Amino acid sequence: MAMGKVYKFHSDVDTDQIIASQYLLFPSIDEMKEHAFESLDSDFAKSVQPGDFVVAAENFGCGSSREQAPSVLKALGVKAVFAKSFARIFYRNAINIGFPAIVCKELYDSVETGDEISLDLSEGVVTAGGKSFSCTKLPEHLQRILDQGGLIASLDE
Amino acid sequence: MGMTIAEKIIALAAGVPAAKAGEIHTVELDYLMSNDGTTHLTVGMYNELKHPRIADKKKLVWIVDHNVPCDSVKTAASQKKMRDFARANGITFYEGEGVCHQVMAEKYVAPGQLIFGADSHTCSYGALGAFGTGVGCTDYLYGMVTGTSWVLVPETLRFNLHGKLRDGVTARDLMLTIIGRISANGANYMAMEFGGAGLHSLTMSDRFSICNLAVEAGAKTALMEVDDATMAFLEEHGGRAPKACFAPDEDAEYAKVYDIDLGEIVPVVAKPHFVDNVCPVSELEEEVKINEAFLGSCNNGRLQELRLGAEIIKGKKVAPGVRFLVVPASRDVYRDALEEGILDTFMEAGAIVMNPNCSVCWGSCQGVIGEGEVLVSTGTRNFKGRAGHKDSFVYLASAATVTASAIAGKIVTADEL
Repeated sequence: MAMGKVYKFHSDVDTDQIIASQYLLFPSIDEMKEHAFESLDSDFAKSVQPGDFVVAAENFGCGSSREQAPSVLKALGVKAVFAKSFARIFYRNAINIGFPAIVCKELYDSVETGDEISLDLSEGVVTAGGKSFSCTKLPEHLQRILDQGGLIASLDE
Repeated sequence: MGMTIAEKIIALAAGVPAAKAGEIHTVELDYLMSNDGTTHLTVGMYNELKHPRIADKKKLVWIVDHNVPCDSVKTAASQKKMRDFARANGITFYEGEGVCHQVMAEKYVAPGQLIFGADSHTCSYGALGAFGTGVGCTDYLYGMVTGTSWVLVPETLRFNLHGKLRDGVTARDLMLTIIGRISANGANYMAMEFGGAGLHSLTMSDRFSICNLAVEAGAKTALMEVDDATMAFLEEHGGRAPKACFAPDEDAEYAKVYDIDLGEIVPVVAKPHFVDNVCPVSELEEEVKINEAFLGSCNNGRLQELRLGAEIIKGKKVAPGVRFLVVPASRDVYRDALEEGILDTFMEAGAIVMNPNCSVCWGSCQGVIGEGEVLVSTGTRNFKGRAGHKDSFVYLASAATVTASAIAGKIVTADEL
């Protein structure tokens, strides 16, 4: 069971907040990742540890189609992002790169930044403060993409 | 059961008789557009594939439009990677030609097509009755290699338009009003379909402006019925033949149907920092002084909007201390505006006229604003920091309101000048 710290964000976090336009043409995700969430929490990239989680309210990742948004979070070692709902392009991009974007309606109101939570990805259960929450299951097609580590894996077969 | 336009286009692309919301289909893509916002990453991923291959290079269109001309050594490296790959692999490549969606509309998009674009505003193509949707570079790469992709058939919100927009009110006011009403995720995962008698009163430029912003309500795509105006646009732009012209079936199933009276729409602004934070200009609580105004973008940088701005500013001056950026959406638009004397009118008024590109709409190139500064813009988004410093402010408004505001030095409608 993966344990990690929560970083909590509000509703309608757009992809410009996750990674701002001015960094998108940097040559690599590794150079961009230092600027993740810069406008909302300038310490985020420095303090986040591999295995930590992002928890947000509604419509996480709205706005642009920049795949850099889920990619920088994955590159920083964020284990998964939970939200009450996701904007569709972010959601699709996350699954495509093998980064768990998990719909969980109840988690948001039960955690604060800094709380420790744990995730059982295969069971789709997240545990916070002694309470367990079931996450919404992915459609079979998407679960298959996630399981194989992303969409590109199928091109390498 | 009947089908919506989105369902019909997906069925055609999937080679099946019918498609229904909620189904997943494998579709053949008609075009795959990519720009300099992400293509350097796509190229990097392509080069790491075990079996790199391109299904059909004729379907790929690559356009450098976000940072034009290049603004830094890092950007230069990323754009060079894209340019070199395009050249080596015989991929259609444009640079300096205009904002990607305007270039696609002028040269490629035709009714009935299904197009993936590595840019969220690919939904613009619905103005021509094509299903355009934004994707990330992994989806793009998969499409590039296989020529196909998977699509979850979206539910559709239907918008029946009635009547006509009043003088001084634009299609942009209409779409911002709709987004304000249904919210920034009101159409999440869905298609927005526009039709009704009111649609025929809208110009093609109006229609691009409407479909372009659909993603700001979360929509997967926007679609409009094809009519004489659509066909005339295709004729004027190289005489492209439609793949298919679809209207929805009478018994098509919609998640929700809205009836919109165009005559009731008024000039609006979307206030910082959300596109659905919309109110009539007349109801702004306090005077909003501006530092910069922007007329341009894939949403609003066509000849129609430039003409509108020029009519308003002719014989007047940009307010002291305000930068007014005018950025035609494509080389063709630029040339037409030049010929008509429109660019001269703007320059005479003290505006800064720039080459076609995304400019300050995406806040990484021209006209970036500083801490505490206010921009009134015909761009696509007003997210926090979108146009520059994280503590700056973007108001979205029509070409008329933006131009009037540049003259007044504060946000006003053209009527208030």
